[in-house]
Amino acid sequence: MTDNINVDYSTRIPNNVGLTEDRTVLRALEGWHPGYIDWWKDMGPEGFQEALVYLRTAVSVDPKGWAKFDYVKMPDYRWGVLLAPKEEGRKVNFGKHKGEPAFQEVPGEYRAMLRRLIVIQGDTEPASVEQQRHLGATAPSLYDLRNLFQVNVEEGRHLWAMVYLLHKYFGRDGREEADELLRRRSGDQDSPRMLGAFNEKTPDWLSFFMFTFFTDRDGKMQLESLAQSGFDPLSRTCRFMLTEEAHHMFVGETGVGRTIQRTCEAMKAAGITDPNEITKVRALGVIDLPTIQKKLNLHYSLTLDLFGAEISTNSANFYNAGLKGRFGETKIDDDHQLTNAFYPVLKLVDGKIVKVDEPALTALNMRLRDDYSEDCARGVERWNKIIDKEGVAFRLELPHVAFNRKIGEFRDIEVTPKGVILSAADWAKASDDYLPSVSDGEFLNSLMKPAHGVGEYASWISAPKVGIDNKPGDFEYVRIAA
Amino acid sequence: MNAPLKQHLIDPEICIRCNTCEETCPVDAITHDSNNYVVDAARCNLCMDCIPPCPTGSIDNWRIVGAPYSLEDQFSWEELPKQEQIATGDGAEAIDADVQALIDSAHTGAGGKSVAPASALKPSVNLYNRDSAAIATVTGNYRLTHEESDVDVHHIILDLGDTPLPVLEGQSIGIVPPGVDPDGKPHRIRLYSIASPRHGERPNHNNLALTVKRETNGVCSNYMCDLKKGDKVRITGPFGATFLMPNDPAANIIMICTGTGSAPFRAFTEWRRRAMPNATGRMLLFFGARRPQDLPYFGPLQKVPDSLLGKYFAYSRVPGEKKVYVQDLMRREETMLAKLAPSPHTHIYVCGLKGMEQGVDSALDDICRSAELRWADLRDAMRSEGRYHVETY
Repeated sequence: MTDNINVDYSTRIPNNVGLTEDRTVLRALEGWHPGYIDWWKDMGPEGFQEALVYLRTAVSVDPKGWAKFDYVKMPDYRWGVLLAPKEEGRKVNFGKHKGEPAFQEVPGEYRAMLRRLIVIQGDTEPASVEQQRHLGATAPSLYDLRNLFQVNVEEGRHLWAMVYLLHKYFGRDGREEADELLRRRSGDQDSPRMLGAFNEKTPDWLSFFMFTFFTDRDGKMQLESLAQSGFDPLSRTCRFMLTEEAHHMFVGETGVGRTIQRTCEAMKAAGITDPNEITKVRALGVIDLPTIQKKLNLHYSLTLDLFGAEISTNSANFYNAGLKGRFGETKIDDDHQLTNAFYPVLKLVDGKIVKVDEPALTALNMRLRDDYSEDCARGVERWNKIIDKEGVAFRLELPHVAFNRKIGEFRDIEVTPKGVILSAADWAKASDDYLPSVSDGEFLNSLMKPAHGVGEYASWISAPKVGIDNKPGDFEYVRIAA
Repeated sequence: MNAPLKQHLIDPEICIRCNTCEETCPVDAITHDSNNYVVDAARCNLCMDCIPPCPTGSIDNWRIVGAPYSLEDQFSWEELPKQEQIATGDGAEAIDADVQALIDSAHTGAGGKSVAPASALKPSVNLYNRDSAAIATVTGNYRLTHEESDVDVHHIILDLGDTPLPVLEGQSIGIVPPGVDPDGKPHRIRLYSIASPRHGERPNHNNLALTVKRETNGVCSNYMCDLKKGDKVRITGPFGATFLMPNDPAANIIMICTGTGSAPFRAFTEWRRRAMPNATGRMLLFFGARRPQDLPYFGPLQKVPDSLLGKYFAYSRVPGEKKVYVQDLMRREETMLAKLAPSPHTHIYVCGLKGMEQGVDSALDDICRSAELRWADLRDAMRSEGRYHVETY
């Protein structure tokens, strides 16, 4: 029995969508389950499948049951299907169906479009688990190791969320797409993941933190705009996923923040006042601030590509159909149809970067990207506060949106992080100043030594201010030799 | 000056501005500007809904204040203000923010704001703190678990001499372990439930007993378990103002525990035995351990008559036997429990490891369904009437 709040644990797949009464979908998901577990064992965290990890699991989707903590072996984690409670009388809130009752079934005319939206979102979830699978071996502490695994199992659950929608609403096509999600592999030559940033390597923990800060934040923006969807099951799925996504933002923001903290403290203790004395700073076993800036440049620019082309008819179609809204759609004060509205878009015109007003409907990707950049900028400012507080003269900054782009308006030009256009030759000379070089990578790798003792932290990162679930600093977040 | 109140605050240094709390708050007490997320003291009803979903722990901050910090104060903060020295009033379980956080965390399993039973006596809290700790002398330290068991649980008796330390069953005291951690900071205070009734381990002696399990690498538990007769111990507290016993002989008291979670229930049982020998209310104990050898107070419990205490022992690791957990025994006693559950005289207490909450909750859910009751509703009603209590760690 389910009341749509509490999670039914009587089936193999915990859920609050009444699977016991929906035998066809239950059987389909049970059929998909072994393939998922095989995928997790092959492509999930390497070397820690038997470890006991102090993880959080939702036992209901109301605030009280949202975070139960206990030790669990990751392959035994109860991945389930959890949707936010249904709002009676919910309407489509934007596009040409605005004001109609929200869709409870897939409208025939939008079937292909909707399936594509779900598959693209679904494909990113297992991809990041694959990208991060080798990181456990070099975790800077048990606390960080646990956070990595929490992120991983929740990405796995997000895959389940999308697969449920495919199985429930898309019949045979949906089942095939669900199988494909387990077949593609991040970085694979023959069957890569669908989006570029999800085929990049995550070579070190600073990359992991930057990824969770920048790339998972794209996930947050996408989920938030899908949570606006007129297709109610998608909206409810994404609303619950957002609560989990917040944890990933936390891992990224505090991971980079703790790295910065440690660097500034070590510099102060050694009497180094110039953050650009890279050799001296690195000799302290910490990551110099200019290298952190380069990593930031890389991950921010890679993630901007995920928003797609600035001008896109696809995004206009998704919006018109009521399938994908804007960030915070219901909080925006306008007609929610955008038929006569304009939005300023940065474009390359006659070799110059200029702002041009474009129809707001086709500029929706741009708008979401702007909201994203604003959110990132606030996080970067909180990092700057740490630097300020330690009294080091340095500021981290987001690079210009035209910097290092492979998709959209600026894909054919090279610009500095400040937005100055460079010739190919100048770019070749300067790019190592802006993006992590081979030697930066080697230095970072030299720091990636595991700190797996209880209460132990690697040289380059501070301990967190607060433990997970209010645990003390010497808590054994992962029992490795379980 | 107004009576001091407990104000909910968000730590701006730890918050990542993810908006989850604002989204969750059922009374719209949480809001934000471009700088901070803040809590409106006039609206916040301390329902705790925002606590579990917060990914950072920044949400879990409390200050006892004479006048609450305004929204404008909070918007301007770069860090949380320190706790000011304020005389304690009613309502708070502890004045020290660290200790309060421990108690709040232990109570989260009840699913809402904890309330003391209506008939419970008013407890004293916060009489001693780290800087002015009470000094007790160890008068006994006995191993409670069987010598073959690898679980090492001790019964430790502390004598307060002439120092007043009024306590009630269900309250805790803090132990200040000597020494400092590798960073040179004093070790954290650990809380232990009192295992003896209000008038002493021996009636009318100024002493009390604790039940302490030795934890590998546990600074305080090892210190405690190794104490010798005559050693001096620094005590803070007492703490806790809701997990208390109803002062009512008609009250049915259902106690569910594992391991050292039995400590407060030993106190409850002893108090009822000594003070209300003809009580009409029933006392039931559901007690789980891995094996009989690992169960604290196994021997003494056998001697407690069934008329005073109905005992149900669940063992999860007896070789050759099926694993049995407390929730399994509760389901087995469904008929009796379903009859007791709706009575306004019934109180339920859960104490032990966090891991037990879910199983117990789902057993109660099943039992209620068999009586055509909804546990979620009953639980909320019982909790607000001070009849449902969870203390897990």
